[in-house]
Amino acid sequence: MIVETELVRDDIPIPEEHPAPVFQVRDVAVTYGGQPAVEGITMDVPSDRITALIGPSGCGKSTLIRCFNRMNDLIPGAAIAGRIDYHGLDLYGPNVDPVEVRRRIGMVFQQPNPFPKSIYENVAFGLRVNKMTDDLDARIEKALRDAALWDEVKRKLKTPATSLSGGQQQRLCIARALATAPDVLLMDEPCSALDPIATTKIEDLMHQLKTNYTILIVTHNMQQAARVSDRTAFLTVQGSEEEGIIPRGVLVEFDDTERIFTNPSDSRTEDYITGRFG
Amino acid sequence: MAVRIETLTRRRSWTTRFGDRLAEASLLAATAVGLIALTVLLWTVLDQGATALNWPFIRNFASRIPERAGIWPPLVGTIYLMLLVTAASFPLGVGAAIYLEEFAPRNRLTSAIETNIANLAAVPSIIYGLLGLALFYRAMNLGRSLLTGALTLTLLVLPVIIIATREALRAVPHSIRLGAMALGATRWEAVYKQVLPIAIPGIMTGTILGLSRAIGETAPLLVAGAAAFVAFTPDHLLDAYSALPIQIFDWVRRPQPDFQALAAGAILVLLALLLTMNAIAIVIRNRYYRRNR
Repeated sequence: MIVETELVRDDIPIPEEHPAPVFQVRDVAVTYGGQPAVEGITMDVPSDRITALIGPSGCGKSTLIRCFNRMNDLIPGAAIAGRIDYHGLDLYGPNVDPVEVRRRIGMVFQQPNPFPKSIYENVAFGLRVNKMTDDLDARIEKALRDAALWDEVKRKLKTPATSLSGGQQQRLCIARALATAPDVLLMDEPCSALDPIATTKIEDLMHQLKTNYTILIVTHNMQQAARVSDRTAFLTVQGSEEEGIIPRGVLVEFDDTERIFTNPSDSRTEDYITGRFG
Repeated sequence: MAVRIETLTRRRSWTTRFGDRLAEASLLAATAVGLIALTVLLWTVLDQGATALNWPFIRNFASRIPERAGIWPPLVGTIYLMLLVTAASFPLGVGAAIYLEEFAPRNRLTSAIETNIANLAAVPSIIYGLLGLALFYRAMNLGRSLLTGALTLTLLVLPVIIIATREALRAVPHSIRLGAMALGATRWEAVYKQVLPIAIPGIMTGTILGLSRAIGETAPLLVAGAAAFVAFTPDHLLDAYSALPIQIFDWVRRPQPDFQALAAGAILVLLALLLTMNAIAIVIRNRYYRRNR
């Protein structure tokens, strides 16, 4: 099936450099209780590509990724300025329903967070709340297959999700997010709690998923960004207590991953990827 | 660096060893005091009350002649009270807790309400009795009715249920809520379908704790108009009623030893009722545990 998709892709030439943007981020700033977290973020997130957000701790990459599905709305005191367009629609416009946004834009968290229910019920939950309950079993099977988990769990769908290993739990969370057929998948350090073998499985999975989904991933691991992503955004912390400026995250550079890792245009990016940072 | 193994075999000083023993002995003694007191209490009650326990005692109405006296009206009154208090306090208490914990904005008003609820749980029960007397008995003109008693006890247990429910909700990891809402669930769907099932065991424990407190309360019912001598069982919310603690109180006050035995018998029935309630709670709790593990 993947082979077929690739054949189709070969038939239709897609301009490699500029696929249509899914998100257009314009001068976005986020504050928590009035304190700046990130500011001045402007970038276009291309569709059907993997975009990585990298940078040191505190650079606001997790804050930024939570803007794309309005998860920051759930944090008391968080406020966002600037504009994010999703397929040309202002994501923070007055008529936009954040619940509907989160249905279209799935999210996988840093720590696997399966519900303490059966594997089946974990995937069924999103389908139920979105009234996609026709062919429930088939949809659940498809989601688990898409997340490369089906063969491992098909005989124990009724067992508790918490009995799975950490890597399986994270793939279950991916399956859960894929079940409702989102358009974008946001992944906030999805492998930070996993061992290298589980990490490899998730990375392989991401490569398969990007033919159908736009993926945004926050990662601490530069090798991971280099391995999986097509585009990379490097953020860093600007300001310090000594300078009398509250530290906040800023976007240094956003380019093709290959270019970021071989020939970055900003010296700060180079310092970070060569390990000379801080 | 040299490893000093000699410390592994060195005996600790006499004072350290003695201190350890002393701590263990004191803690055991503390446990024993509670256990012994409870055993003596249960034994005395069983000894005195066992002879009084028989079917006529359960089914008979109040009487001045000890051999004819029974606990039927107060037993029925207590059961009705429990049903009414549960029906009123569970939805109100759990609802208030869900609002405060999951929906209310974090501001000064909310924290003022929270502090007040914590204080209300510590208010002496007779104060609730006086409130019930003023509000339900007089102002709402419900009189010395079953409803007055039930509403008074509801006020009494509400803070306990609210606090226990909030703690149970707070113990549910925040990631569960985020996970549910990231899938397109509304806040209510996340709470109702994911958070509440996990919190139910804790909520049940708190509710039973509150109801157990209510079932043995005497003072608020005395003040708010429960009767010790009722010749009928209530079959209407506005009927007069009695309750087991009231009956026990009434019998204990009397000088005749026969009535003391009756009081002990009534205490045994009250205990049995309480243990049944706790058993039901444990069954519900275990069922949810199994479902969630």
